[in-house]
Amino acid sequence: MTFVAKPKVHHPRLPLNDLGLTRRDYEGSISTLCAGCGHDSVSAAIVQACAELSLPPHRFAKVSGIGCSSKTPSYFLGKSHGFNSVHGRMPSVATGANMANRELYTIGVSGDGDSASIGLGQFAHIVRRRINMCYIVDNNGTYGLTKGQFSATNDKGSTSKKGAPNLYEPIDLVSLAIQIGASFVARSFSGDKKQLVPLIKAALMHHGMAFIDVVSPCVAFNNHSGSTKSYDYVRAHSETVVGADYIPHAEEITADYAPGTTERISMPDGSILQLHKLTDDYDPHDRVGALHYVQSKQAAGEVVTGLLYLDANAMDCHDIMNTVDTPLNQLTEKDLCPGNAALAAVNQSFR
Amino acid sequence: MAVKYNDFVIKFANVNGSGSASANGMFAKALFRMGIPVATRNIFPSNIQGLPTWFEVRVSAKGYMGRREGVDIMVAMNAESFAEDVASIRPGGYLFYDNTKPLAKELRRGDIQEIGVPIAELLLPEFADPKQRSLFKNITYLGVLTALLNIEFDVITGMLSKQYKGKEDLIKPNVRAMELGRRYAYEYLQCPLPIQVKRMDGIGDRIMVDGNTAAALGAVYGGATVCAWYPITPSTSVAEGFERYTSQMRKDQETGKSKYAIVQAEDELAAIGIVIGAAWNGARSFTATSGPGISLMSEFLRLAYFAEIPAVVWDIQRSGPSTGMPTRTQQGDIISAAYASHGDTRHVVLFPSTPRECFDFGADALDLADRLQTPVLVLSDLELGMNDNLSEPFSWDDSREYDRGKVLDAEALEKVQRFGRYLDVDGDGIGYRTLPGTHPTKGAFFTRGTSRDEFAAYTESPDAYQRNMERLLKKWDTAKTLVPKAEVATGSHRNGVLYFGTTALPMQEALDHLEDEGIGLDTCRIRAFPFDAGVEAFIRGHEKIFVVEQNRDGQMRQLLVNELQIDPARLIPVLYYAGLSISADEIHSQISACFSAHKLSRLTEVKS
Repeated sequence: MTFVAKPKVHHPRLPLNDLGLTRRDYEGSISTLCAGCGHDSVSAAIVQACAELSLPPHRFAKVSGIGCSSKTPSYFLGKSHGFNSVHGRMPSVATGANMANRELYTIGVSGDGDSASIGLGQFAHIVRRRINMCYIVDNNGTYGLTKGQFSATNDKGSTSKKGAPNLYEPIDLVSLAIQIGASFVARSFSGDKKQLVPLIKAALMHHGMAFIDVVSPCVAFNNHSGSTKSYDYVRAHSETVVGADYIPHAEEITADYAPGTTERISMPDGSILQLHKLTDDYDPHDRVGALHYVQSKQAAGEVVTGLLYLDANAMDCHDIMNTVDTPLNQLTEKDLCPGNAALAAVNQSFR
Repeated sequence: MAVKYNDFVIKFANVNGSGSASANGMFAKALFRMGIPVATRNIFPSNIQGLPTWFEVRVSAKGYMGRREGVDIMVAMNAESFAEDVASIRPGGYLFYDNTKPLAKELRRGDIQEIGVPIAELLLPEFADPKQRSLFKNITYLGVLTALLNIEFDVITGMLSKQYKGKEDLIKPNVRAMELGRRYAYEYLQCPLPIQVKRMDGIGDRIMVDGNTAAALGAVYGGATVCAWYPITPSTSVAEGFERYTSQMRKDQETGKSKYAIVQAEDELAAIGIVIGAAWNGARSFTATSGPGISLMSEFLRLAYFAEIPAVVWDIQRSGPSTGMPTRTQQGDIISAAYASHGDTRHVVLFPSTPRECFDFGADALDLADRLQTPVLVLSDLELGMNDNLSEPFSWDDSREYDRGKVLDAEALEKVQRFGRYLDVDGDGIGYRTLPGTHPTKGAFFTRGTSRDEFAAYTESPDAYQRNMERLLKKWDTAKTLVPKAEVATGSHRNGVLYFGTTALPMQEALDHLEDEGIGLDTCRIRAFPFDAGVEAFIRGHEKIFVVEQNRDGQMRQLLVNELQIDPARLIPVLYYAGLSISADEIHSQISACFSAHKLSRLTEVKS
């Protein structure tokens, strides 16, 4: 980390987005994580994605749990409110925040300890409840802030910095998310911005639970030769099945992929999600097939990346609950209080 | 024998799941509709079907609504608990049972009167279906009771036709089963008994309702939009009540969409997390739970205290610890609610005594939480929450506006030079907050459980941490002026009694009994923690103060000693915690014994 404050002025030639803002308008405070931490790359990807989408930088609700990953919401979108809550409990806070105001973009950032250990229950239930949000796990397979214990996503046989092997089975959040109701499931690598930024854009535009598992190496405790969450290992063993481009509805589509491998999906707001299938036999709309593919590749030591599962027409929790369009936090006495006259009938029902 | 009107305790002993609840409920309602004050208590097992369950009705022309020891009429319909039920009858009382099978000799008592009715035999030729026979057994004994106690028959049949409106084919057999019992009674029994009822004007405009329903309705009126909960007895009916009333009262007229969101969470941790997330984002939200849920919610409550987020938690207390006696009542969560969680923490706690107060606090708690930007816990209990209680009717002032507390909107933010979330601008310890998404450039801040400065910036500066903790104490002082004030009745007595919640139910009766013995006490009903100035003045103004509560460790007393620096010797515990609600007899005998033991002066002596 550095303690040198970011300058408030920015380079005059930084490109402006549709709102007339630069990438700098989407940044947060300076990171206190270790130099080279994968999580900072994820934060940078979020900044870039939001800037490129020209989303109003104050219209986000950023929520997180506890841990290195969960510190990051203060490092992006500084004009939005953030809530660094309780270890493993980001999903419940995100659920409440989303219930209160469905118009804000809800971004949840969590870690593998936060979501796969202490918060596995909350992870599972927010996914099955289909809260409309972008849920990112910065997955480094280790407890960074308490100095290098194995987390539940750590692969069996992968070693700690001191050489001790992990003896237990890993929890694969991607498989779990596909199985229990996420309508957008992706995996990426913090070192692959080209893949990660479009995925975050698509996740933000997706209506429903969008989950991205980002393998994000811990340079301090889990980036050695025996680790399966190191920069080197992921670069050597990742296989992209479906790449994604997100194209706002105003923009011209300039696909440079060969016909037959590209699929265009219209999003609810008229924008287009363009999928590039890099493996012929992979169908990201087939929930069971996707699960099978991810699992079989994992058994072979491969890290499958890209957009792994998508149901663009899924309902979110507000649809399921049939809540009013106006955010609940904007309803007034007129909407909420039935008034004294209605109590006459209520009282009568108890006589 | 002299006839005694409207003053007895009748207890129905049934098998759980046998359909007795609706017949017993009708019995109580009929008396209520005859203008007679009644208090009902459902004493049920942690079981769905098969175990013994009791329904107790206290009938009191004087309006004593607390539990009274001893049963005058026992309707013994459960073979399993029969011996125990017979034993609980007061000498001179009545045992009502089904004498289709004769009563075993060893169960007979010489000092009570038996009323045997061959209910099973009566029903056998009338109803072919054994399931129907079993169900109508309850209706038939109700029919017998109408004759024995002189209950106005058309009041009951009127209820039947209302209850089964639209299912006319159910009314006829019900009325038939009831008449079967009634006719038998007139033919073979001495009717009515010397203990009987008589129409009176003892109800006024009061209603009969359970506290949980009232709490739910209060939350609807108070503008709660998010309810997150996890099922736990005895709190479940709060969330269910909220669902029932919102689905009736909070649908958009045009679209049919809901102006509320109810999440049945995966556990209590998630429930409180959802409440806190929603409140952080500006929606009024609440949860309902019981003691074990408070334990699970503790970490989040500490966060909300420190991060200063409103939240309303209804704790419908039951007998602990742990699962304890989960279907029995207690006031055992006072300390755990007041100080919930690690680190230096104090929470605002409210203590409703009646359904009307549950309704009022249902809304007031939301205002208080928003105003104070902190969790507010409302401590009810099974006794108040799940039993029908006589209550003042609900009413609402239509000119009332919700107090959303200090929330800056975009316009207000424009006028602020530099926004500091935790700046004590007004000197009351409460800062101004903003909601996510309010303003493009102003007012955003990062909420955390970690130490921060006045501008919400992360810091581990010892000074900043301590300043913040001290400001929270100042806010606590502000809370003392905002919480519901204690109800104090101070006369000329040297000694006093402090009570709260459902301990209020038997209090008047206990005081009357004590006065008969020359023991006079001033009273103070505590309605909230932190204690308002009235509580402290009451204690300082009396020599000995009895603190009546329903737990083993005298938790309210501990809180008073701790918070007000009271000499513990002046606060005398009056405790009952066996799972039933505290009775007037219990309070009376404990206080009376203490007066004797300590030779405290009685009224007559004071006067002389």
